[in-house]
Amino acid sequence: MKASRTAPATTVLVQRPPKKRAKPLIRSAGIRLALVYATVFGLSAFALAFSLWYSTVGLLQRQVEVAIRNDGAALQDHFAVGGIQSLILAIQGRLQDNIDNDAIYMLVDPLNNRIAGNLIAWPPGLTGASDEYQLTVNRSTGSSVAMLVDYHLQGGYQLVVGRDVRAFTELRHLLQAGLLWAMGIMSVLGIVGAFVIRSLFRRMIRDISATTRAISRGDLTRRVPKTGDGDEFDELAGIINDMLDRITKLMDGVREVSNSIAHDLRTPITRARTRLEDAALHASSPDDLKSAIERATDDLDGIVAVFQALLRIAEIEAGARRSAFAPFDVAPLLSDIDEFYHAVAEERGITLVTDIAGPLPLLGDRELIQQAVANLLDNALKFSPVNTSISLTAMLHNDSIELSIADQGPGISEADRDRATERFFRAESARHTNGSGLGLALVAAVASLHTGTLRLRDNHPGLRAILTLPAQLGDAVEWGRFK
Amino acid sequence: MRILVVEDDKDVAGFVVKGLREAGHTVEHADNGRDGLFLAASENFDAIILDRMLPGGIDGLRLLETLRAQDNVTPVVFLSALSQVDDRVKGLKAGGDDYLTKPFAFAELLARVEALTRRGKTDGPTTRLAVGDLEIDLLSRGVRRAGQKIDLQPREFRLLEYLMRHAGQVVTRTMLLEGVWDYHFDPQTNVIDVHVSRLRQKIDKPFDLPLLHTVRNAGYMLRAEDV
Repeated sequence: MKASRTAPATTVLVQRPPKKRAKPLIRSAGIRLALVYATVFGLSAFALAFSLWYSTVGLLQRQVEVAIRNDGAALQDHFAVGGIQSLILAIQGRLQDNIDNDAIYMLVDPLNNRIAGNLIAWPPGLTGASDEYQLTVNRSTGSSVAMLVDYHLQGGYQLVVGRDVRAFTELRHLLQAGLLWAMGIMSVLGIVGAFVIRSLFRRMIRDISATTRAISRGDLTRRVPKTGDGDEFDELAGIINDMLDRITKLMDGVREVSNSIAHDLRTPITRARTRLEDAALHASSPDDLKSAIERATDDLDGIVAVFQALLRIAEIEAGARRSAFAPFDVAPLLSDIDEFYHAVAEERGITLVTDIAGPLPLLGDRELIQQAVANLLDNALKFSPVNTSISLTAMLHNDSIELSIADQGPGISEADRDRATERFFRAESARHTNGSGLGLALVAAVASLHTGTLRLRDNHPGLRAILTLPAQLGDAVEWGRFK
Repeated sequence: MRILVVEDDKDVAGFVVKGLREAGHTVEHADNGRDGLFLAASENFDAIILDRMLPGGIDGLRLLETLRAQDNVTPVVFLSALSQVDDRVKGLKAGGDDYLTKPFAFAELLARVEALTRRGKTDGPTTRLAVGDLEIDLLSRGVRRAGQKIDLQPREFRLLEYLMRHAGQVVTRTMLLEGVWDYHFDPQTNVIDVHVSRLRQKIDKPFDLPLLHTVRNAGYMLRAEDV
């Protein structure tokens, strides 16, 4: 990055670090979440307000309407029974009883002269087009809003019955205003809430982002602190920490292997180099020279073998061989290997006792299984003293193939047993023997490729290596599952 | 024999060409895929030693596939630094007869090339093989030497059969491992030597003239005359 800044202006193609632009607010997950939440909340508040409105204002209005109609019907009855005089009396009586001063009456003759009622003049909007009105009326007490019903009586008389609804209109306005205010406050709260949630969000992921950022810078020791709340973020922190542990383990493995390679290969390379240089400087005869070269070549072959084994293990661990898995019976394979090694064992005065209970169906890689078993037998043969026996047993046990190879050699101490499958690991007792320290690592890799295990146990005396592989007991259709 | 070496590394190519010539073969060399394909397609060879990764736009696999598509059945030994199992499988699938990974011992390469060319000639319906006074019947699985019946285990018989099919040629331990046991790993113990020495006990020990010889730094050879 520094180079790009100091570069001359002519190098236009130099890529500059992208400018850190302020992110649009909508890109913030916290804001988005808060907005969605505010919208949902607003909609539900609106629904609540609407139902409140409907059940208060609406109900009041309907009640007034019913009261007016009942009143009107009663007055019409008065008119029908007692004529105009009875009606006038009834209106006057009602006006006197009108304690709340909200009832409105007006009776006019055919010439539109007021006969009775508490309205000063005929309301201007009352045109006769409808029979129910909500109008501003002039009363003796001043102008007001009223709901009116217009009745046409016999003889050209016209009666208006109504109720003053000013209070109720005021209530409506109050409710309206209240709702508007509430909406306003709600949006303000929504926006504020969005920012609050965003900052909460940020605070919650701050630990995670700080940790991961530190790790991407190379500090693999960092872990996401747990709050102990047991919430989703704690769970996430746990998962991330597990992942980091795994990565660290892998990194350590790689580091260890590189160290081991450097160390374990340096020795034979040094030996080969020394031999060649020594021969070049001191060999007095062509024969000396030739033998030195031959021995150096052997050393190099040993180095190549270590490389091959390492590559093979890496290849197995990468899992690429899984695509070549095929079903086969392990029993004949073991019999072949047993026969292959039997002669060597006899030659060395070691008895190879075999007990194979077939068939042992497996979905796997035949070559790798051969190599794994061969490695275990090679090991057993290498460490077995004369006049001891090695046992190779194989049987089906709880849906898995259990393959055990036991010798009566020095074994591996309990402390070393866990590490014995690591690359290049060589137990103290094996230091003086030939070998690369990769044999068991390869067996372990083969085992885990087949979702099996390699366990090392004490054979009292000696080592018992138990290779457990999942048996393929189902029908052919099920083989697809393992691919 | 006439052998074509297609290899771009000067040192490796020089070494292989020199070694093959010393072993009495006529050798042509191409240092890129295009020339290699041209030579292989236009001239007759008894065997081709082919690198996988080659300059010139045509790699070893393409070269061989093109060659096989033209019904050219010249035996081909791959000589490649690509050592994974899949690489070997790919090479053999493309029509290769053998696959040797670098780094290699020249003795191994020579033995494999010579074995391949011989195989091409004797791949007929043979039922009897004989070396000197040793003869085997592939149908009845009987072994006789100087008229005397020799009892062999099935695997010993296959070992002997392999050696007899390559009589007069050096057979390396790896070739035996692959050819007789079909194993593609390198045992840490001297298993092959033990098996060969057991076979030797049976076919050579009771007789004056040894037939099964050990070739130093290379492997074994079955032949009637002294090496």
